[in-house]
Amino acid sequence: MRNVLTFIAVSAIFFACGGGGDKTESSAPGQVKMPATLAEAEANYKSYNGVGPIESFELTSEIDEALAAEGMEIYNTMCSACHKPDKKFIGPAPAGIFERRTPAWVMNMILNPEEMVQKDPIAKLLLIEYNMSPMANQNLTEEQARAVLEYFRTL
Amino acid sequence: MLFVLSAMLIVLIPGCNSTEKGGALSGDIAERVYVAPGELDEFYAFISGGYSGQLSIYGLPSGRLFRVVPVFSVDAEKAYGFNEETKPMLETSFGTIPWDDAHHPDLSQTDGVVDGRWCFINANNTPRIARVSLSTFETEEIIEIPNSAGNHSSSFVTENTEYVVAGTRFSVPYPQRDMPIDEYKGNFKGAVTFIKVDDEGHMNIEFQIMMPGFNYDLAHPGRGASHGWMFFSTYNTEEASSLLEVNASQNDKDFIAAINWKKAEEYMAAGKFTEVETDYRHNVWDESTQMTTSNQVKTVRILDPAELPGLVYFLPTPKSPHGCDVDPSGEYIIGSGKLAASITAHSFSKMLEAIEGEKFDGDAYGIPIINYDDVVAGSVEQAGLGPLHTEFDGKGYGYTTFFISSEVVKWEIGTWEVIDRAPTYYSVGHLMIPGGNSREPFGKYVVAMNKITKDRYLPTGPELTHSAQLYDISGDKMELLLDFPTIGEPHYAAGAPADLIMPNSMKFYRLEDNNHPYSIKSDAEARVERDGSEVHIYMSTIRSHFTPDNIEGIMVGDKVYFHITNLEQDYDVPHGVSMIGANTSELLIMPGQTETFVWEPKRVGVWPFYCTDFCSALHQEMQGYVRVSPEGSSVPLSWSLDGEKMGGE
Repeated sequence: MRNVLTFIAVSAIFFACGGGGDKTESSAPGQVKMPATLAEAEANYKSYNGVGPIESFELTSEIDEALAAEGMEIYNTMCSACHKPDKKFIGPAPAGIFERRTPAWVMNMILNPEEMVQKDPIAKLLLIEYNMSPMANQNLTEEQARAVLEYFRTL
Repeated sequence: MLFVLSAMLIVLIPGCNSTEKGGALSGDIAERVYVAPGELDEFYAFISGGYSGQLSIYGLPSGRLFRVVPVFSVDAEKAYGFNEETKPMLETSFGTIPWDDAHHPDLSQTDGVVDGRWCFINANNTPRIARVSLSTFETEEIIEIPNSAGNHSSSFVTENTEYVVAGTRFSVPYPQRDMPIDEYKGNFKGAVTFIKVDDEGHMNIEFQIMMPGFNYDLAHPGRGASHGWMFFSTYNTEEASSLLEVNASQNDKDFIAAINWKKAEEYMAAGKFTEVETDYRHNVWDESTQMTTSNQVKTVRILDPAELPGLVYFLPTPKSPHGCDVDPSGEYIIGSGKLAASITAHSFSKMLEAIEGEKFDGDAYGIPIINYDDVVAGSVEQAGLGPLHTEFDGKGYGYTTFFISSEVVKWEIGTWEVIDRAPTYYSVGHLMIPGGNSREPFGKYVVAMNKITKDRYLPTGPELTHSAQLYDISGDKMELLLDFPTIGEPHYAAGAPADLIMPNSMKFYRLEDNNHPYSIKSDAEARVERDGSEVHIYMSTIRSHFTPDNIEGIMVGDKVYFHITNLEQDYDVPHGVSMIGANTSELLIMPGQTETFVWEPKRVGVWPFYCTDFCSALHQEMQGYVRVSPEGSSVPLSWSLDGEKMGGE
């Protein structure tokens, strides 16, 4: 029996060697504990900046109307198929979003949705809440995403 | 324990059986073609689909099939030839043709080196040349070749992709007319066509050289010193029109035609051409509008080699030469007499000297025939039976396939000595070394494409897959590594390093660049428009719904155009769509793209349509309904999503 086990072990090693480069990536342990519900997470939303290229940033005090207009145009093309401004649709409504999410979180959700739904506690809960309907990555640039955020402020 | 050991033995036995085919260390060989899950192949192989009419994309060394690019045949999976955007691609002067016989893929080159921009391929039956983008892996252009038939010595490119050539295998009356077949001699001609390729890849027939009525079989361009020349093999210099099996095999030697296309350019510039009436189609895909336009062309410019000295010379070559291959230096032109046992190598520099010294042995229809002894450089003697094609490894060796003796033979350029031979299973036709017909081959592997498969795979009834075989040629001896199945009947193939192609592979179409006349850029533009009995639906898709997805007011007798824009802007998120009872294929719409299918509803009712490409966890929910009312009904046209009326009467 021991021989059999050795054989299996050796085979396993052989095939493992044939596999080439090691590409496993350890999933980052969340710094914030996983909230049980979306409501709980939203009550504490300032703790969640999301996962992605944006660490944190603050919106300006005044709304930049030109930027918001630009953002509206991008939103209409890239986002409106799934998001209505003030009504739950395929995805959540962006009206009043900054009372529930930090600006960085919104940026990361637009720019990095695949990783967000795997790693960010709020995004994970949202995916469940919205019946596993994925947030599409529409490949916006950071500048475009920033303009969309400015538009969200006008809603 | 005993049981386990016997099980292991059973597993090992077939391995032992195959050693005569796979070499002594078949385990070692398995590792050399094993591309582990998640790993990528080292080379792309573009393998012709032969009578499938398509181009297959494989990885080497794994032999894995990645994609079939539809070129000359309709492909319902990809809506090629079915959607409104690609239907014009299959237009010809004979009308729409849903099929052809695709033969010789060749890659664009810059300075004689494969550059990874386009793959050209020829249709043999109704003569055409296609250009496939190696960014989108789609057919972008097809040009029909007038005055030609059996477009076989095609589609080979010159070393800066100045031209792609198309030669006639079945000479035909020129001009075409009602005449007795047995008056072939002297009346039939074999047009050789030079198609100019511009920087965007667009093709344009620059001129045709109206050659004697032989069969122009294969071709390859000069390179290096011989750049500016194109070489075509010929057979049937007997000009037989019946039982060619016997009657085209009478002459001891046929010719390789050496065409000086730089001289042809001088004659064109000097106006030494005749412009004649003709009729052919030139079909071009526009990436911006995502539409194909089929243009009719009515004239072509002809050069007559009998009247234009220095344009063409004939090089006598034994026994119905088939392959016509030029070594990486451009000095040697290899003619493989398919009914011979030897391979003939002509010397380009000797050819120039012979022309200079006028060492001619008469002429054929006014074209000088160079003395055989004054042009031949040597021959690989008794190398095998029935040589067909040669590729080069860039290390001083040629590799020639032998159809009758079923083998690949490696020989040395210059000494003409056989170095090695490897059996093929069975009856090999073409072979391919990535870059093996360029100045800089990547001489690691050769792929042999076999005509007979017999016992190599599990049987599938009378029709078998054609087998390709991969050999490692990095050492002195060729080693058979792998068999892999192919689609149709591969003739030629081309290959290139993955690094050259991969970075340019498109991920999605940018919505902002989509200028399709029926595209919509957002759901706000989604609508339905009626013009008499013609209805245009401007619809969008995104994971996982159609907008609109409920449409009413369609009537029996309407012609309904579904123009569907995929609003996704991410890699690998196509959406499909199909409509019950529609007399056409599905659509498969890439992100950012718009495609159109036509539905002519025949029955009253409420009919569903749905997404055919699994797009998300909610893919099964991606569907919609169209209400079809009787002709003349008063049900108003309206469209909606999620119960919200989006528009209508």
